Amino acid sequence: MNAPIKFYQTGTFTVGNRLLSAEQRSVQASLERNNSLNSGHRACQGCGEALGARYAVDAAMRATQGQLIAANATGCLEVFSTPYPETSWQLPWIHSLFGNAAAVGTGIAAAIKVKGRNNLRVIAQGGDGGTTDIGFGCLSGMFERNDDVLYICYDNEAYMNTGVQRSSATPPAARTATTMAVGTEPGAVFGQGKNVPLIAMAHEIPYVATATVADLHDLEAKVERAMGIHGARYLHILVPCPLGWGAASNDTIRLARLARETGLFPVFEAERGEVTAVTKIRRRVPVEEYLRPQKRFAHLFGPQGQSHMLERIQAQADRNIKRFGLLDTESAQ
Amino acid sequence: MTMQKPFAITLDPGSSLANKTGTWRTERPVYVDRLPPCNAQCPAGEDIQGWLFHAESGDYEAAWRHLIRDNPFPAIMGRVCYHTCEGACNRGKIDAAVGINSVERFLGDEALRRCWQFATPAAESGRHVLVVGAGPSGMSAAYHLRRMGHSVTVKEAGPLMGGMMRFGIPKYRLPRNVLDAEMQRIVAMGVKVELNTKVANLTDAMRDGGFDATFLAVGAHIAKRAFIPAVDSSRILDAVSVLRSMEGEDQPMLGRRVVVYGGGNTAIDMARTAKRLGVTEAIIVYRRTRERMPAHDFEVEEALQEGVMVKWLSTIRQAGEGALTIEKMVLDAKGNPQPTGEFESLEADSLVLALGQDVDLSLLEGVPGLEIKDGVVQVDPATMMTGHAGLFAGGDMVPAERNVTVAVGHGKKAARHIDAWLRGTQPQAEPKKHAPATFELLNPWYYSDAPKTVQPQLEIARRTSSFDEVQGGLTEDNALFEARRCLSCGNCFECDNCYGVCPDNAVIKLGSGKRFAFNYDYCKGCGVCASECPCGAIEMVPEAV
Repeated sequence: MNAPIKFYQTGTFTVGNRLLSAEQRSVQASLERNNSLNSGHRACQGCGEALGARYAVDAAMRATQGQLIAANATGCLEVFSTPYPETSWQLPWIHSLFGNAAAVGTGIAAAIKVKGRNNLRVIAQGGDGGTTDIGFGCLSGMFERNDDVLYICYDNEAYMNTGVQRSSATPPAARTATTMAVGTEPGAVFGQGKNVPLIAMAHEIPYVATATVADLHDLEAKVERAMGIHGARYLHILVPCPLGWGAASNDTIRLARLARETGLFPVFEAERGEVTAVTKIRRRVPVEEYLRPQKRFAHLFGPQGQSHMLERIQAQADRNIKRFGLLDTESAQ
Repeated sequence: MTMQKPFAITLDPGSSLANKTGTWRTERPVYVDRLPPCNAQCPAGEDIQGWLFHAESGDYEAAWRHLIRDNPFPAIMGRVCYHTCEGACNRGKIDAAVGINSVERFLGDEALRRCWQFATPAAESGRHVLVVGAGPSGMSAAYHLRRMGHSVTVKEAGPLMGGMMRFGIPKYRLPRNVLDAEMQRIVAMGVKVELNTKVANLTDAMRDGGFDATFLAVGAHIAKRAFIPAVDSSRILDAVSVLRSMEGEDQPMLGRRVVVYGGGNTAIDMARTAKRLGVTEAIIVYRRTRERMPAHDFEVEEALQEGVMVKWLSTIRQAGEGALTIEKMVLDAKGNPQPTGEFESLEADSLVLALGQDVDLSLLEGVPGLEIKDGVVQVDPATMMTGHAGLFAGGDMVPAERNVTVAVGHGKKAARHIDAWLRGTQPQAEPKKHAPATFELLNPWYYSDAPKTVQPQLEIARRTSSFDEVQGGLTEDNALFEARRCLSCGNCFECDNCYGVCPDNAVIKLGSGKRFAFNYDYCKGCGVCASECPCGAIEMVPEAV
């Protein structure tokens, strides 16, 4: 009865909260946030990647007191932020090629070391195409050498910039320009693709984490944690894409939230190859609730719907829940 | 080309701020205030969401001051109001409604404990208003009129202030020290109250006193009777008189077995009072079923817990010596009770009638223009003015639901219109009511999980033997917790979500207490802010083409 009641209306679910102390509020709630990716960029309405990039880089800027350099892979993020001669970036930022962002990051880190500018830090970032496919060799090299770079992958699950082609991060059954919704198994094939967070863990690097744009406090905490560690680090952020997913622009955060609440996108942290923390599901929902608002999954529903595919996707979510322990025992149903 | 550029920058970059992406927009987000369901429901017109907002941050005085803009009796309300606001509360659709009433009581008690007073008016208007009746409606009107700078004289027939709050509501629901304190605070503002002053003839009183306007709120104190054939030795009383006599020296003689006839809140109050007076059995006889009982269900529940018994579907046909003849009833297709011709006998030392109350209208004789229908004075519901110019009325004596909160609301509304009438103007147009903040407009994901704090209740044994207050108050911790369960429906509470979730940095944070603005130069109209606003305070509006 005498224990002080800790209840703050919205707690840390919201971006800010006047009832919390300033330290407990997010970077994004601050008037002094860096706005690392500034207004005027050409991302689509409701772009999850633009949001995720500002969240992550602002948090990294705060963690490093602004002593940060970014290397960027080719992709939406690069194209929409820097059409010559404009840039939206409010930090030193370099773009070289589609596949070499991790290597450029490595190079910057090496140069910093040679010059003795030890307070400077490096991030490398790209989309899922530049990370899981095209830049994968460079990324794996950066990991195995344990270079002092935080690599951030903004995963929107396909090559959106070039017209929505499948990547190795595209989920099964999703329709893309190269996995059409035709035949008996429409959309992307089950059993293909790769899980780069788990591959990063297999390199036993100091820190690997996943996050979504739907949980800002969690995302910022992970960036801050990552910037407190030296060596190779990997952060994989799910960023819904209204264009490529065929979703309403105002549903970006809702979809990211549902991806986590269904279990399809497990949110966790790992150190040196071991999972150290998972974000539990708060209100479990069936995968249908996540898939239905997305036109890339439209062929799963309706009279000609592929219910057997829906079951396979649900099974995948259930497997994640079990594998990562995403449910609290009391909320398990 | 000099090398004075920041590290790693070789070209002079242009900023994307040159690219005004606002031109892409087909819909624009607009900040709105919507009417929370609690506020829409409150008969006293309280801005509940508004005062809870202050309570959430622990600023109880600001919360109380915000509350008393509409209602001067938070400690009374926190005990006797039927809090229909909680029935409307959107949080009820998530876990349980916010305990608005218990927080209100906490604020009221806190104000009494810390002796917060009402401000006296800044300037005197020089106008003098007569208020007849020192009940909830009269004292509410007196308070609001005084705040507006008018002189107010309240004439009360009874020996004490409070009206039905004192002579109708038992002590175990409203302790008299609380009632006295909240009445006294109005007197301290400079309202003159004349007790034991019955107005026998209103026209004379208005003329002799030189009043500029009058508010009538004499209540309904005459018990309705029913014809029940009785023998001389049967003891038949009415609930209004019995409850009133509880305020005097001598306690009413009820015997060991008491039967209360009626199904309203007064019947319940009467039966519970009888229990506390030590009767062995208190039995309510009511002609319909529990579902159809006009009394509030929580009071019925509390009464049953205390051992009050109820004979449903029964009427009293005859009162004999020490026993009543009861006829069983059935409900017809329309739900009306019909006699069955089956009779039984019920032992009773006394029968107390609680069949409703009438208004004593004798003081209105000779007042021109008044319309009286169904035993109550007709008023313009928009202004509370009667057919006689300058004469306003409210509370139980006008057509409305009869309870304290409604009466307090009448007092407030009448005060506004009396003020306007005295100034010869239209009252300041009430700000247009905002569109309702329905549950569908909220994004409940963002609210922390928290069930309702339950007010402590006196243990059953203690409450049937004493007149101690049944409902306890909340501790500060609990009140804070309860206040913070508010969803702030339809009104920005500065959670920073819109500011955070905009992919285009197109939300400008104006600083604490100043909310936010949109930067339409860059807002692309994606609508994420509106979808992720927890409380539904952002609306998407189509752009003009």
